[in-house]
Amino acid sequence: MTSALDFKGVHFSYPDGTPALQGVDLEIMPGERVAVLGPNGAGKTTLMLHANGLLRPTNGEIAVAGTLLTEENLAKARQLVGMVFQDPDDQLFMPTVADDVAFGPANAGLAPEEVASRVEAALVEVGMLAVKNRPPHHLSLGQRRRVAIATVLATDPEVLVMDEPSSNMDPASRRELADVLLGLDRTLVMVTHDLPYAAQLCPRSVILSDGKIRADGWTLDLLMDEALLRQNRLELPYGFDPAALTA
Amino acid sequence: MGDHPGGHQLGERLFIPGNTWIHQLPAQTKIASLLLTMLVIVATPGDRYWAFLGYALLMIGVVVAAAVPLRTLLARMTVEIPFVIFALLMPFIGSGPYLQLGPLTVSEPGLLAAWTLLAKATLGVVGSIVLAATTSTTEMVSGLRKLRLPDLLVQIFASMIRYVHVVFNEAARMSRARKARGFTARGPAAWTTLAKTLGTLFIRSYERGERVHLAMAARGYSGQMPELHSLPPATARQFIYASVLPLAAAAVLLVAWRWGVSQ
Repeated sequence: MTSALDFKGVHFSYPDGTPALQGVDLEIMPGERVAVLGPNGAGKTTLMLHANGLLRPTNGEIAVAGTLLTEENLAKARQLVGMVFQDPDDQLFMPTVADDVAFGPANAGLAPEEVASRVEAALVEVGMLAVKNRPPHHLSLGQRRRVAIATVLATDPEVLVMDEPSSNMDPASRRELADVLLGLDRTLVMVTHDLPYAAQLCPRSVILSDGKIRADGWTLDLLMDEALLRQNRLELPYGFDPAALTA
Repeated sequence: MGDHPGGHQLGERLFIPGNTWIHQLPAQTKIASLLLTMLVIVATPGDRYWAFLGYALLMIGVVVAAAVPLRTLLARMTVEIPFVIFALLMPFIGSGPYLQLGPLTVSEPGLLAAWTLLAKATLGVVGSIVLAATTSTTEMVSGLRKLRLPDLLVQIFASMIRYVHVVFNEAARMSRARKARGFTARGPAAWTTLAKTLGTLFIRSYERGERVHLAMAARGYSGQMPELHSLPPATARQFIYASVLPLAAAAVLLVAWRWGVSQ
């Protein structure tokens, strides 16, 4: 089976010399849901930006659906790997929700009728069809985040990569978003430090810390390993017991 | 987050939904019409007073046809106030010959310049208000594109509409944070703080720009915005309707030029 995403020895330093990734190896199979856990500044977002070539590794290589990512096939990779950014205001830049969802498919050169049906389907998938003609900034954060996901679903990606999908959300929006994500039939990579959310959505997790993968396994196993969490500046929220979820 | 007062809806608040024939004209015809009319008005020498009366009547006609409420019109015309202040100063700072107006000595060329500025600015402001009140921002963007404005400028205009409220909210949050720590903007001492905040706001907006660009690139953007609403081109009839205003203005100018010099 070809992996959906494959990072091999990926190193990356920012132009000012700050090393962000120091040899990341991570293979994700089609259909998996994987959480990338790590404290602030661990390199999670940097790693995510590599998945469709928005950042290029200083060393190492990345394969998307079995094809090595190069300058020539960036467009294809960006179609295969959909990326949902942390701040929906960064992601939603068109005047209306429908236009924003149409942006990706239209860039792919699809016919207007096909674009329209993609827009419709993607908005239905996240339950946001009702706000189709509203400007994005009139929506609540939870709604904007779901629309942001629709903008990516409309390009029909194989892999969905999300940066901190639960940040700043109230509990109800958080749960609604989880329902949407659980209903998607796609490979999902979720960058987060929200450990209960990882436990709820992703059977598998990796811990990224100081630019390296420190652990890779079943999410609940990792969350029950207190020493491992402590070493990597991760903490379970007060009152949350992963052991209770294994029963 | 999200729904902050102030700045909210700044982009589309100017549009007043309606069903007048001006509303129904395609944006590109309205923009072209206003531009041509303004060229005629700007080209009119200030001493052709009758011409300005003619233009004013035309603009009043347009306001009525577009059903812009008088109260809204007046409220929006306040953007002109800085120009009014400048215009009021001109008679006092202009050079001779001078006129005696009661107790005041004013510069004659200054008075004429002030009148010209006021008249032209007011006509332009009223015209723009009608355009903005009858054309949604989305239509405006596609209208500019239809008029072959360089694509880059259209994109800058469109993202300005989208992000003006985000930047505005950011500024409002920063202002609240300043006040919460006891800052009051009083006197020149506060200018340093305000200047620094402005700098921070610029950098934050710049960084947001970079993130937005990443998000666009991630969905296949490569320098060109896809044309999503390719409206049908304007019909000849619509262009004729839209040309009524500039043609009428040109006729007024012609008449004033030929017969209207007031000595």
